Amino acid sequence: MHIVVCVKMVPDTTQVSIDPVTNTLVREGVPFITNPFDTNAVEEAIRFKDRYGAYVTAVSMGPPAAESVLRKAISIGADEGILLSDRAFGGADTLATSTVLGLAIKRIAEKRPVDIILCGKQTIDGDTAQVGPGIARRMDIPQLTLVDEVLSVNQDQKTIKVRRKLEGYHEIVESQMPCMITVEREINTPRYPTVPGRLDADDIDIQVWSNNVLKLDPNSIGLLGSPTQVRRIFAPEREKGEIMMGEGDQKDNAVEAIFNKLIEKDIVAVK
Amino acid sequence: MSSIERLLFAIVFFGAVAFFLKNVFRLIATICLGRPANRFDRLWSRLRNMLVYGFGQLRVVSERFGINHFFLFWGFMVLAFVNFEFLVAGLFPDTSTVKGFSLLFMGRIPYGILMFLADIMSLVVLVCVVIAVLRRTFFRPAHIDPTLDAYFILSLVAMLMIAFFGMNACEASMGKLAMASWMPISNGLKIFVSGLSSEGVHSLARFFWWLHALVLLFFLNYLPYSKHLHVLTAIPNCFFKSESLVSTVPRLIFKKGEEFGISKAVQFQWTDLLDFMSCTECGRCQAACPATNTDKSLNPKQIIHEGKLNIFKNASAIRATRPADILAPAPKEAEMVAPLINGSEESISTEAIWECTTCGACMQVCPVFIEHAPKIVKMRQHLVMEKAEFPEELIAFFEASEQRSNPWGLAPTDRTKWTTDLNVPVITDGVKAEYLFYVGCAGAFDSRARQVTVALTKILNSAGVSWGILGNEESCCGDSLRRLGNEYVFDKMVKENLEKFSKYGIKKVITYCPHCFTTLKNDYKQYGAELDVIHHTELINNLIKQGKIKPAPSSNGAIVIHDSCYLGRYNQIYDEPRDVLKACSGGQSPLEMERCGEKSFCCGAGGGRMWMEELVGKRIYLERTQEALTSNPSTIAVACPYCMTMFEDGVKDEKAADNVKVKDIAEIVADSI
Repeated sequence: MHIVVCVKMVPDTTQVSIDPVTNTLVREGVPFITNPFDTNAVEEAIRFKDRYGAYVTAVSMGPPAAESVLRKAISIGADEGILLSDRAFGGADTLATSTVLGLAIKRIAEKRPVDIILCGKQTIDGDTAQVGPGIARRMDIPQLTLVDEVLSVNQDQKTIKVRRKLEGYHEIVESQMPCMITVEREINTPRYPTVPGRLDADDIDIQVWSNNVLKLDPNSIGLLGSPTQVRRIFAPEREKGEIMMGEGDQKDNAVEAIFNKLIEKDIVAVK
Repeated sequence: MSSIERLLFAIVFFGAVAFFLKNVFRLIATICLGRPANRFDRLWSRLRNMLVYGFGQLRVVSERFGINHFFLFWGFMVLAFVNFEFLVAGLFPDTSTVKGFSLLFMGRIPYGILMFLADIMSLVVLVCVVIAVLRRTFFRPAHIDPTLDAYFILSLVAMLMIAFFGMNACEASMGKLAMASWMPISNGLKIFVSGLSSEGVHSLARFFWWLHALVLLFFLNYLPYSKHLHVLTAIPNCFFKSESLVSTVPRLIFKKGEEFGISKAVQFQWTDLLDFMSCTECGRCQAACPATNTDKSLNPKQIIHEGKLNIFKNASAIRATRPADILAPAPKEAEMVAPLINGSEESISTEAIWECTTCGACMQVCPVFIEHAPKIVKMRQHLVMEKAEFPEELIAFFEASEQRSNPWGLAPTDRTKWTTDLNVPVITDGVKAEYLFYVGCAGAFDSRARQVTVALTKILNSAGVSWGILGNEESCCGDSLRRLGNEYVFDKMVKENLEKFSKYGIKKVITYCPHCFTTLKNDYKQYGAELDVIHHTELINNLIKQGKIKPAPSSNGAIVIHDSCYLGRYNQIYDEPRDVLKACSGGQSPLEMERCGEKSFCCGAGGGRMWMEELVGKRIYLERTQEALTSNPSTIAVACPYCMTMFEDGVKDEKAADNVKVKDIAEIVADSI
């Protein structure tokens, strides 16, 4: 079994502000982290490894510094890391990104057939949730998005059964492998790396594939291959709400009142 | 003494001594299985410790009942000479032609004094034994386990003394007691045998003589198998005790192929193994421990006891694989028959390991200087760094600390939010200041602690101190990470922080949090840092003494003071906070809790427990808050942001928040200037 897991290095968005003049993200001094959804994808990949002895390849497209997120994946158990890095890949939208990732995974599969491609549901910088499905489309394989539980794997039949988390209900789907899965955060709790794991990951060679390796048409990748145009980015005005409960004589039963509201709006449920 | 008797005694004596020496050698070989540690430095200071704490029993007598042990101990010290003479004289007895072995050669008067002391001390020991038995039976404190072992040893000691007097009384009656005039008790006891025939007295003398000899030799050999092993190890342990004020874990070097933390008893340093063997099971650590006191599974005495059982069990297995006892550390790949963590009764449970607040109360009261907390932290290191196994709530803390350099995972750019409406100098390449005010994560992010930070800046400004902060360049000191065993991330943090400090030429640091304080001051020393770190209570006290701030008595009412573990026990700062409070209360000393100063009771947040759930037993903070409230204070004075959080929760739980305020000492001062 071979799992490819896609990870992205993203700015820690809790610390990002938007420049009011240029309408772009102010990234100066902001630390980069592994996209949180991707940490769940990596964890799920390692669980396949624990359970079925799968081989796990972590792939990322990004600047040279993005090798850090690959090392992090390796530190908790991924077997190798491949960084897709080329100036020509820069400025890519979700279409151009999935073109590069899709081809790279095909290359990876030539050496070792791939059974499952795991992605986070979305990234916290773009929030489009399109790259995973884009990869599936370019590779012409089934896609199982928004998965919050892997129910079973049949290695002989090459099928997988998962649960998808949709609005207000769950859907259980069975699919042929190879397939592409995007995961929800609820699917697991990512493990913490051990120090021997980290030290091993520090030493491992990360392969860097530029477009010299992939040989994609320059017009289909990077900024040139991105039909998406960003007109304006802005932070939505945050309207300050009013205090509805918890003041004055309502002070004592505020907790109960809040829960009643939440239950009413179907945000929490009573078991 | 007949020649048969003499032969018999020689056989018993040499057999017993050989067996004893074999056991001592085995103990030494077991201690040597541990990793190396240099505890042969500063010999004069060590010698002093041995005299003061070993022979002087200074810590033993710090508790009332310790005086009983003091007399037992000194009784045995005196009797050691007499028993030595007794045993040698057994091999070389008085015969008609040759005079038996005697210490008389030391001079008649000194020998007489020795005999006088031995006579008196034997009675003292006997009385002490009776008191000990009565205490154990009728007034047993909760921290003393009702073991039969203790009664057995006490009865051996009693038998030894009875035999001593019996033997001497008979000899006195026969006129053979060499120093009868110096031994009033023995001499006086002869009236009990005066009614017997001379043969009867002679037989009785032989009986007591043999009783004395056999009990003595048995006692010697029973020691290594009981808690009275401490008779052999306690004094060396006082000699080899840690010489540093703060007993913390040593720095680790992160190299591939190494194992980090401790999962096998033989990975401890030899001094730790000696610690295990030195425990007297007096239970003082257990009586002081905040976890034990609130019904948790951690009991420091039990940790040490389990460590001892574990090393003994594993040591015999290791010895079996080696051709002979070798005085060398255990091989790295040595297989353990009993796991150190989570296993049988010779193992330490992970629950206990995670329940420690590293408050150091156990180490403060241990009469033989056992270092409990560093051992626990070393086992945490194994669990965190090798196994990634820890209570699940810690993962958020670890990730936040590593990625955002603060425990809450708040945006590092918010670190200076508290300065928004203030004019706070920031140390940069161009801007220098005498002191760096290292605000700390709590002081910068926690809304309550931020009020203390602001109060402190008011004090610094009004005293005209030259100070500045690092602004958003400040990052976490790593205290909780280190106490929780995440040494790897701590190591990275120290290096980054020290780089920043040296970049801006920082030499003097003010901290508000005792955790930052001890970490920068003591832990960072392992990285060669030479920082002059001062806690705000010390600084404020200096400023008051220098007349730079003049607090006017304020209306805080009755103030009760709480000593933070990391300020008090870890850094011996007890007087400064009290002096400051006195200055703010018109010379009136603050109220004290029953457990104060060196015996202060932890608030429950140290050792990384701040970031963990406390689901077992009573909440430690509640126990402490209730203690504080018994003095009917209107203010609880603290000097630590963690203690602040815990007490604020405590007074709310106790529905006392309307009447009792929790204030940092800096706030009390700022209010009065």
